Amino acid sequence: MPAGSSYAYYPGCTLHSTAREYDVSLRLVCQKLGIELRELKDWACCGASSAHAESRLLGIALPARTLQAAEEMGLPLGVACAMCFSRLKLASHELADGDTLDQVGRIIGRGLGNKATVVHMLQVLDGEREALPIKRTLEGLKVASYYGCLLVRPRDIVGFDDEENPQMMDRLVEATGAHAVPWGFKTECCGAGFSVPRADIQLKLSHRILSQAKAAGADCVSVACPLCHSNLDSYQQVMRREYEHEIGLPVLYFTQLLGLALGFEPRELLLKRHITDPLPVLKARGLA
Amino acid sequence: MKMAQLTPAGTIHPFPRSGLQVFVESQSGQRVLRCYQCGKCTAGCPSAYAMDLGPRRVMRAIQLGLKDEVLASSTIWLCLQCQTCSARCPAEIGIAEVMESLRLLAAAERSRPAERDVALFHRLFRDLIRRWGRIYELGLGALYNLRGRHPFANLGLLPHLLSRGKLPLLPQRTKGASQVRAIFARVRAAEREAPPPEAKEGTDASRQ
Ligand code: SF4
Ligand code: SF4
Repeated sequence: MPAGSSYAYYPGCTLHSTAREYDVSLRLVCQKLGIELRELKDWACCGASSAHAESRLLGIALPARTLQAAEEMGLPLGVACAMCFSRLKLASHELADGDTLDQVGRIIGRGLGNKATVVHMLQVLDGEREALPIKRTLEGLKVASYYGCLLVRPRDIVGFDDEENPQMMDRLVEATGAHAVPWGFKTECCGAGFSVPRADIQLKLSHRILSQAKAAGADCVSVACPLCHSNLDSYQQVMRREYEHEIGLPVLYFTQLLGLALGFEPRELLLKRHITDPLPVLKARGLA
Repeated sequence: MKMAQLTPAGTIHPFPRSGLQVFVESQSGQRVLRCYQCGKCTAGCPSAYAMDLGPRRVMRAIQLGLKDEVLASSTIWLCLQCQTCSARCPAEIGIAEVMESLRLLAAAERSRPAERDVALFHRLFRDLIRRWGRIYELGLGALYNLRGRHPFANLGLLPHLLSRGKLPLLPQRTKGASQVRAIFARVRAAEREAPPPEAKEGTDASRQ
């Protein structure tokens, strides 16, 4: 991706609320690298997994409205949330069918050509990997890159990376000077939206992932999805109570790690917003 | 009983397809008879430990037309849509799509969900998007606790989230909200006009 490229930017609901630090760090990093993010006007929710659970058509129509807006801007659609990315990719795949395209075009009330390409911002930043103006190398920091489900599966539709052992985030992490630890739970499910209706399941799955990251020797976990982040970070306190197991593993957005390497301060990257404080680990490595 | 027939695609249908199978195949686009019960889906399913049937047995139940068993199972609600099963199935069946189609069937038939809270969560999520155009986390949590009659669920995290400013108190406003409401209404109208096939009890001799 050449410097100076522009994207129609779809933050998705959480980047404007619970995951503001992801939005802020992404914007800082992009600005530094000369990538322009033009936020879509009046964007709405992608429907997450709930729209699709009631109606196949609704599950396509909500993301189609976003696809149409990017198409109108004539720019590729840049997405930061793995859930939104997945919904947009799946919708675009379904819209390849002419009848579906016509029907959904009528439903969203606008001409729809299904012309916008959808990219995750991790893919965009991976393209900059070789030319990062590193100010502060993250040497000594051991990072477990966690991809979760929706970035990598189904591979033939999202076209992202290997489904079982993806590498994209690992090599970006290594480009900052940090060490990406090899581990086996990169694409295991964190429990997604079950943190509300079946917290027991989400807790167990997230705990397993964190335990594995810890066993692999990681100092922190890197993520590219606000839902994964919330499950892995916020619930460590509950894990301590339920499993009597202190995890204490900070979970950062990959954009925050990049931001640190590009010379931004922890304060600018809103590192303080995490429930498991990453500053002690960073300070111990002389990085904050 | 009808004898096995060779379909144009070359698969053998030993029995006439059940209404359940017809529904699932039309809604998910998957061929459930391709499942040969290897069990790889259940082996890798993160939720399997909490499920009654698990994905492999759900696949078998669909092949056998056991609609009531499938609709009453917790499995269709405990599926996280993680797609691990679909990625690993040697018969290349999109099992996650099959699970999704069974939830659509449960909605169409108004069957009682074995996991009431999961179904409630999805419904409230949709209601909030219809109302505001974007999700409103605090509202979702509050409604869930009230309607699900578990007023104190998930409260432990609240102070931590609030003190870090992670939970906005008010919903986000977007001018897109009215368009989103219109989309919900038009989807509903379109679905009334052309409903999915009914998953009747018994079998259906139609073949693909
Ligand atoms: S992995 Fe595929 S073939 Fe094997 S049991 Fe599951 S659905 Fe059937
Ligand atoms: S998609 Fe559903 S059934 Fe398949 S592995 Fe994931 S949770 Fe299990």
